[in-house]
Amino acid sequence: MSNPDAPGPGPGGKPGDGRDWSVVVEDGIAKTNAPVSSAVASPGAATRRHEPHEPPRTHLPEKLYEKRKQVHNKRIDGPFRRFKWLVMLVTLGIYYLTPWIRWDRGPYAPDQAVLVDLANRRFFMFGIEIWPHEFYFVAGLLIMAGIGLFLVTSAVGRAWCGYACPQTVWTDLYQHIDRLIDGDRNARARLDKAPWGPAKIARRGFKWLIYLLIAFATGGAWILYFADAPTLFRDFFTLQADPIAYATVAILTATTFTLGGFMREQVCIYMCPWPRIQTAMMDEHSLMVTYKDWRGEPRGSVKKAQKNPGRYGDCIDCTECVQVCPTGIDIREGPQIGCITCALCIDACDRVMKDIGRPRGLIDYATLEDCEREAAGGHARPAWKALLRPRTLVYLGVWSAIGLALLFALGTRTRLDLTVSPDRNPPFMLLSDGSVRNSYTLKLRNMTQTPRTMELAIEGLEGGRIWTDTIPLTEAARRHTLEVPADETRTVRAYVAAPAGTRQQDFAFTLTTSDRQPEADRSETRFDAPED
Amino acid sequence: MANKRIDEPTGTEYVGHEWDGIEELNTPLPRWWLWTFYATVVWAIGYVIAYPALPMISKATEGLLGWSSRGQLAEEISLADQARLSVNERIAVTDIEKLSADPELLQSALGGGAAAFKVNCVQCHGSGAAGNQELGYPNLNDDDWIWGGDLTAIEYTVTHGIRQPDADERQGAMPAFEGMFDRDQLASLVQHVQSLSGRADPDPIGAQAYADNCAICHGPVGEGDRTLGAPRLNDAIWLRGGSADAIRAQILNPKMGAMPGWKDRLDPVTIKMLTVYVHSLGGGEDFVELPEEEPAAEVDEQP
Repeated sequence: MSNPDAPGPGPGGKPGDGRDWSVVVEDGIAKTNAPVSSAVASPGAATRRHEPHEPPRTHLPEKLYEKRKQVHNKRIDGPFRRFKWLVMLVTLGIYYLTPWIRWDRGPYAPDQAVLVDLANRRFFMFGIEIWPHEFYFVAGLLIMAGIGLFLVTSAVGRAWCGYACPQTVWTDLYQHIDRLIDGDRNARARLDKAPWGPAKIARRGFKWLIYLLIAFATGGAWILYFADAPTLFRDFFTLQADPIAYATVAILTATTFTLGGFMREQVCIYMCPWPRIQTAMMDEHSLMVTYKDWRGEPRGSVKKAQKNPGRYGDCIDCTECVQVCPTGIDIREGPQIGCITCALCIDACDRVMKDIGRPRGLIDYATLEDCEREAAGGHARPAWKALLRPRTLVYLGVWSAIGLALLFALGTRTRLDLTVSPDRNPPFMLLSDGSVRNSYTLKLRNMTQTPRTMELAIEGLEGGRIWTDTIPLTEAARRHTLEVPADETRTVRAYVAAPAGTRQQDFAFTLTTSDRQPEADRSETRFDAPED
Repeated sequence: MANKRIDEPTGTEYVGHEWDGIEELNTPLPRWWLWTFYATVVWAIGYVIAYPALPMISKATEGLLGWSSRGQLAEEISLADQARLSVNERIAVTDIEKLSADPELLQSALGGGAAAFKVNCVQCHGSGAAGNQELGYPNLNDDDWIWGGDLTAIEYTVTHGIRQPDADERQGAMPAFEGMFDRDQLASLVQHVQSLSGRADPDPIGAQAYADNCAICHGPVGEGDRTLGAPRLNDAIWLRGGSADAIRAQILNPKMGAMPGWKDRLDPVTIKMLTVYVHSLGGGEDFVELPEEEPAAEVDEQP
């Protein structure tokens, strides 16, 4: 269909561009080609559309800024819409309910299953407790999240944007509120245009109140992750919570209210840097929402198609795909940054195709590669082939490797820890009996929820004895028993003395427990001595 | 402004920037962005009026709110001072031997002592309190104390100083033995002194000279005398070196260090904190901090 003699497509090389030119050449009638209907569907699109039959307009932007056009997306049902409902239910459910899950950790630790305890610098996640020095677990999870995004994006394009991004989820929720209170697309557009009167004010006030309640619940749930949820919940409403809790809730309420209630697709198109990165991570093998122009064009109504069989494509220009779009774009203009690939247009188009008795998939998830193949008369490859290819498999491999490494580290980590730092000023000194003394600062960590008895000993260093700031010199010995309270780090200043004549050498401190869960840690360090 | 180039598919004018063949279109800005920009401008003007902002020749404009980072710092310092005042009061009324019973107070005292040490003591005793053998400043980390190493003795030393014009000072002097011994006698004496700590073989002539001249202060076996400040000679620690030359020099023409008394320069609380800190360096005597391991019954009951 595409005509090689036609003026070249735009820099984007959109599949939709070739279509316009070919129409001109085949029809030779400028008027029929003008996308009159799309002007109705999306006034914004009309100004951007190129009309090739006209002499190039000197299209200077008339204004320096563009007023936002309210998107009133129409209700639609279909498999993708139902999937979107499911994702919304699951993600919002996880977000609002998680802080309320209890987890018995005994008397020394909080009983909240998921808790970021900033004050005590602990992170609790069900049976796992992360200490500050184990932050690599969190770093590992963040890296997994990043690579997971690469994986998803290279396989199914901007699926994160379309289904799971918080901005999408809350925008979707707010659009449902719009629909519930103001009615569907046409009713909302009418109400928008209607002059402000008591009825409109009441309706808008009510709607914004619900916006605000949702925003408040969102901001409110956030703080519950940082303190005991039931206590904080009660304190919050009895005005006894920390000011920072109120400030956090206020800020998150304000941002949710503004971004979810009013900014919506503006966030996705103008504020969010992610789509720009994401589009760079996609390639011709990535699945994305595509309008199959070679099948749809030229557009014509059902009647026209009946009159001239074989003349028109499957697209009847009903603009359903534009009407259901939550970001207000026309997918038939080709891939574009405003498309979050939520696939609601696929649901809409499939329904229309069913009504007019044409096969589904005029708008569908497809790879650029498949588009070329289909346009040339071939068949698209099965979807699993798009999903399983070297690039996605490499991402999957790296992702799983990090995950397994983290699981391994989690399974083998000890719940006690010893760090030793030798005091360097002075590095050593003589005692009156001629022996050489070094001093060390030890940190003994007990990361369990019970107090533990630990044995501190030295390995190597012939004749060495230890005493500490709590064990007097008279009781100096090679090993000592120390109590470390539950869930605490105990700092001990330890002195090690070795007989006169001892040379500089390496030795190690060991820390062992012999309670129900025997564990040990060891730390190499150096013993300094005079050189003569 | 000729040659306006238009992007065909979108009908939008090019801006004229090009990177690797990708050109920028002059797409209008969303209006809310524009208003956000105006809002930041308004905010900035308000900020400049409210806060110190515009640099003048000697200082910046003051701002209507009267805020300054210097003022904020002064406020924070005065708050910290007040907090410290209450800790200082508690330290002042707590007996120095009992400070260790209150771990929190002890921690504050150690911190305060470390800070005071850094200001007043490091000049002679060194930042790690390791002293200086060349100049005769004692190492405070070890277990050898010329004047005593328990809390009370250290506090006394810090308060009154050593060899100072002070009625209560630590006073002690070693006579110069220049000309008292002949060459051989002196060598024997030096050898005997070294033998006290096992550094040389005993020498009968030196032993006699020692018993006659030195034992009165340093003790018959060189155990020293803390009341006189006579250093212990039968240990491995030498204030001014343990070589034969160093010992000989100290016998013939002894050098005796002095330490200023701090009672007129530091307040009693600071001295107390300094004492606790010095005591904690590893050689403090009778410093047994065992809050939970302390047996309930007194074991060391001696008649």
